[in-house]
Amino acid sequence: MQNWYEVCAVDDIALRGSRIVKTAKGCVALFRTAQNDIYALNDKCAHKQGPLSQGIVHGNLVTCPLHGWVFSLETGEAQGADKGRVKTIPVRIVEGCVQIQLADQTALTG
Amino acid sequence: MIGGGLLGLEAAAGLKVQGMDVTVLHLMPTLMERQLDETAGHLLEKALTDRGIKVITKANTKEILGTTKVEGVRLEDGTILDANIIIMAVGIRPNLWLGKDAGLDVDRGILVNNMMQTSDPNIFSVGECIQVENRTYGLVAPLYDQAKVLGSTLAGKDSKPFTHFEAATKLKVTGINLFSAGDFAAGDDRQEIVLRDAAKGVYKRLVLQDDKIIGIVLYGETADGPWFYQMMNAGDDISEMRDTLIFGPAYAGGGGADPLALVAGMPDEAEICGCNGVCKGDIVSAITDKKLGTLDEVRAHTKASASCGSCSGLVEQLLALTLGDDFDTNAVTAMCACTDLSHQDVRRMIISKSIKSIPDVMQELHWTTSCGCTKCRPALNYYLICAWPGEYVDDGYSRYINERVHANIQKDGTYSVIPRMWGGMTTPNELRAIADVADKFDISTVKVTGGQRIDLLGIRKEDLTAVWADLNAAGMVSGHAYAKGLRTVKTCVGTDWCRVATQDSTGLGIQLERILWGAWAPHKLKLAVSGCPRNCSEATCKDIGVICVDSGYELHFGGAAGMHIQGTQVLCMVDTEAEVIEYICALTQMYREQANYLDRIYKWADKVGYDYIRSVIVDDEQERKAYAARFLYSQKFMQNDPWKERVEGKEAHHFDAPLVPKKLEETV
Repeated sequence: MQNWYEVCAVDDIALRGSRIVKTAKGCVALFRTAQNDIYALNDKCAHKQGPLSQGIVHGNLVTCPLHGWVFSLETGEAQGADKGRVKTIPVRIVEGCVQIQLADQTALTG
Repeated sequence: MIGGGLLGLEAAAGLKVQGMDVTVLHLMPTLMERQLDETAGHLLEKALTDRGIKVITKANTKEILGTTKVEGVRLEDGTILDANIIIMAVGIRPNLWLGKDAGLDVDRGILVNNMMQTSDPNIFSVGECIQVENRTYGLVAPLYDQAKVLGSTLAGKDSKPFTHFEAATKLKVTGINLFSAGDFAAGDDRQEIVLRDAAKGVYKRLVLQDDKIIGIVLYGETADGPWFYQMMNAGDDISEMRDTLIFGPAYAGGGGADPLALVAGMPDEAEICGCNGVCKGDIVSAITDKKLGTLDEVRAHTKASASCGSCSGLVEQLLALTLGDDFDTNAVTAMCACTDLSHQDVRRMIISKSIKSIPDVMQELHWTTSCGCTKCRPALNYYLICAWPGEYVDDGYSRYINERVHANIQKDGTYSVIPRMWGGMTTPNELRAIADVADKFDISTVKVTGGQRIDLLGIRKEDLTAVWADLNAAGMVSGHAYAKGLRTVKTCVGTDWCRVATQDSTGLGIQLERILWGAWAPHKLKLAVSGCPRNCSEATCKDIGVICVDSGYELHFGGAAGMHIQGTQVLCMVDTEAEVIEYICALTQMYREQANYLDRIYKWADKVGYDYIRSVIVDDEQERKAYAARFLYSQKFMQNDPWKERVEGKEAHHFDAPLVPKKLEETV
């Protein structure tokens, strides 16, 4: 079953910054772009599982810190010649709070 | 510059770039008259004049003036021109005495047959000194061909005889496009096709004889040069395409006007690199078979564009053609896809327009993206730090993760931590503290690095500040092992212990590291100090090296020992430690202020010239002292241990703890 989960306030994520949400099935990376849009992706690069949350955020893209693959924060698609996709996670902002949609068994941090 | 031929003009443009006032004196009415017709010669003269190079044609130099050194020249018409340096590039004439004395037949050069054999069957000769089939050669391509013929003969293999071909000439001056080949004198049995676009500065002329191209002059737009040249050397009949020939392969049956289509349309045997005789087919198969991806790699494997470099553009197009999207031709000149400006343009404008933040750079210089990319943001952040020390506020989010969190990310997302060990020296207390940290944080791997210090690997991001706090408590600070900046100063034990050392290399290394640490730079900066020429600390492959000798200190720079290997060049000799420090601070600052981001010292020096760097750092005391002073000023703001600052809470948002999701009463 999918549920909405509250994770932090919008202002807890710096512009062009990121936060990590720990779940039972790995980490989710939350990003806030310079244009103040918020996105959530699996925190694992499609290439070698690098932590995308540690990458540089530019436009609505993030560059993986390990080998420089670039992903769209919107679609999770790898850019340029690289082929791959990172799972995106639904996000919404309610009264200045960031909420993401997770399956219950994913959300449990044990 | 006496002589307005190919070499003279390239040298003149080079000197102008180095900031000298240059006047070119040329005997003939137009420049490069052997390669260019009158019209193209005038276009060239205008282009050079526009760059601030004075050109005087019909200038017959009568006398070089000066008593103990050069002071000027007097022309035949009485004009006197002042000069500090006179360079003559007035053609070559073989010095034939050796051949003559040996009893060889000589004329304008040493006479050889098509197998490079002189009149004495046991003596062979190649190069600019020979005359073969009544021709002498000054360009490098035919000389390489001669060497190939001779090499085969000497190796006991059958060789094809040397045959004449028309070498194409290109002027290697940035921004001036010029291509000429063959014979372009007018004549009754010759016709010509000319295309002229004065406003665009384009001039193209083909000389035809018996429906074949025998001469080519292209100015302004030279992309079609190799295509014409190929047809000229092949002796192709052009009568079928004569109407559109001058418009190039785009109209004469090739692909579209796209330059890539033009390269795609060339046959495999079309010569791309005239200097080294490399054909299109050689390059394409090297790219495919050896999986080459950059211009440098193609140069390394095929030698194409490795001599004069004027075919670099064509080689890049072949890379683009063969690799498709994997090759980004724009990256070579523009800083990144966000701008058309080069690194140097951007650096210059940051200073001249007094731009002090990344958003302002993007606004003022018309960036095409809203917030840059992974290539430009770290470069801009560095350029601004360098330009405005103490004023610019570092932008952590424009730094690569390692510099953002002052540790090195590893493949599993953990980090490694390397404390500084000044000059590679440590103490039992430091080692104990490192061992304690390793135990306390369950650090599985402890490794001695190549830079004479100790690496602790596998640390979780959330433990970084606690690890640093413990290391700080034992007196250790960040080793900046993650930085585009000063890494290490490697030393040997010097006169403290070594029976052959000449100076206190360890002490000098430590002093240097204490002065240089914390400095951000275009790329990493590694130094070494060796106590004697046996060079145990391997100073001659470092960015900057010091070799101690009895009489003082030999300073080195521009070494590399990574993917690229090259030995250093000598900067100069100095007498005292104080001078070593001043020269190295000045060199470091010059590199910091001038190099493109991500160029090591050797790459920067390869581009601007080792002599140029020496002329500033060694020969110009005032400049050297000014650079060193700017470096020391900048260091006032840099030498704070980033680990201590972060233990105390600076930029804590980069070390935020992971979030835990809280379930809401809303089922989807």
